[in-house]
Amino acid sequence: MYTRIYFLRFPKETSDQPIIYQLVRRYDIEFNILKADILPQREGIMILELKGLRENVKEALAYLKDLGVNVERLAGKIRRDEDRCFQCGACTGVCPVGALFIRRPDMAVLFDPEKCTGCGLCVPVCPIRAMEVCFDEIVEEALI
Amino acid sequence: MSKFQVNKTYAEINARIRAGEAVVVNAEEMIDIVRRDGPVEAARKVDVVTTGTFSTMCSSGAFLNFGQTTPTIKAARVWINKVPAYAGLAAIDIYLGVTEPAEDDPLNKIYPGEFRYGGGHIIEDLVAGRKVFLEAKAYPTDCYANRKCKKELALADMGHALLCNPRNGYQNYNCAVNMTDRTVYTYMGTLKPHCRNANYCSAGELSPLLNDPYYRTIGLGTRIFLGGGVGYVTWQGSQHNPHAPRSPNGTPRRPAGTIMVQGDLKQMSAHWLRGVSLQGYGCSLAVGLGVPIPILDEEMAYFTGVSDAEIFTQVVDYGHDYTNRVDRNYGEVSYAALRSGEIEVAGKKVPTAPLSSRVKALEIAEILKQWILDRKFELGEPVAQLPTVDYSVDINK
Ligand code: SF4
Ligand code: SF4
Repeated sequence: MYTRIYFLRFPKETSDQPIIYQLVRRYDIEFNILKADILPQREGIMILELKGLRENVKEALAYLKDLGVNVERLAGKIRRDEDRCFQCGACTGVCPVGALFIRRPDMAVLFDPEKCTGCGLCVPVCPIRAMEVCFDEIVEEALI
Repeated sequence: MSKFQVNKTYAEINARIRAGEAVVVNAEEMIDIVRRDGPVEAARKVDVVTTGTFSTMCSSGAFLNFGQTTPTIKAARVWINKVPAYAGLAAIDIYLGVTEPAEDDPLNKIYPGEFRYGGGHIIEDLVAGRKVFLEAKAYPTDCYANRKCKKELALADMGHALLCNPRNGYQNYNCAVNMTDRTVYTYMGTLKPHCRNANYCSAGELSPLLNDPYYRTIGLGTRIFLGGGVGYVTWQGSQHNPHAPRSPNGTPRRPAGTIMVQGDLKQMSAHWLRGVSLQGYGCSLAVGLGVPIPILDEEMAYFTGVSDAEIFTQVVDYGHDYTNRVDRNYGEVSYAALRSGEIEVAGKKVPTAPLSSRVKALEIAEILKQWILDRKFELGEPVAQLPTVDYSVDINK
């Protein structure tokens, strides 16, 4: 099973179309909405976890792009400032999915952007603000 | 007659350091050496064990002399980057405490507060070479006529800058949980309700005072690694308590000893002094601290051979008990268990997270080791001991 988290930005023309429904129906994709901010007739954003066959996920993404939806892998949106992080481990207590975790026995604190859902819980917990989550700035990225 | 088989003096160890012959290991390496060879052999072999710790230490601050103005000023109230500093000292001497928030900080009015900038951040800015903005107000006198001054200045512009921390390097600390039904934001981090997580904050087997549990070698005048520079232990820290209950190996099972430390801020680096913001609690400073421990005899070898499995602490409720001073705990756990990522509290498995950086603690112990091997750093022999207790420890157990 292929699981990836994407940051979607919907232009306002698409915000009232049943896009998510189509993803399920046409591409047999399981989804999990991690965050959504969509208002009718306005631009919307959504953080979406997609699960399915690799081929299907690829086709689903192509479908989204055709509709004018801007899609970006979320991995690029959550960053840890590696220079600033002093490997304390405080963030591992709040990260709900284990994207921030401790390697044993050396107790290094590692960050796996692939697992990160962008929930943002680690941001205020990190005492030196080394975790940066930004949903606003979109960089067009080669999709697949 | 000494009761020990191995007897070394500070002078002998320093002579070996100068000759480039000293054997120096970090406190983690020492565990295996003592286990393998026994304390007597280990004491023959090893001269110095280096320790380290890197975490938030709230009882910290700096004495700064910010330079005179023309006409002269006897500053009565001072702010640096809007953070108040204490000015009730001679003319241009001030003390900047690390937990002091900026004057316009919303504090916990928007709960939990973020505490983005405070005294600790200023210290980091200064050692990083960044300029800060200082503002002073004064009443005029015949010898100090100025009423106010404003200036931008860097650490290099200050006549004198001394990191002076009244309480650092806590010998052991509580493991914090929250037994209430709401999330609490504490200096021990964010604690979820119903004991769903546990935070702890000690470098354990690498921590300075846990390697010298009765303060035989760490005393007034001990030369140390402080914030990336060289500093000294100058007194026992506030709240120093040698009377805490102890394990048979001498290590306390509660927060116990502490040290007061100071050192020239101009030698230090932003890598080892970091301003921190603890959500809902306040600002502070993360301090890198490392202490070399001379292996004077087999007892010191035994003490420095202690491992996380043999060091215990108590689990304390920070949701209700701590703030209400209820003297109760939820059992004791070893640092080995805490490091494993899961402990048992009241029959329930609870995930743990550290607040003290193990990686950086080891890095400090390694830097200190290298300083000694490079003959850049010699041991300071204490001129007075910290308050301690009578003890007897069987080192052959
Ligand atoms: S935003 Fe932070 S807490 Fe949330 S999943 Fe990502 S790493 Fe974990
Ligand atoms: S809380 Fe911040 S500094 Fe500590 S390990 Fe996590 S990201 Fe690094």
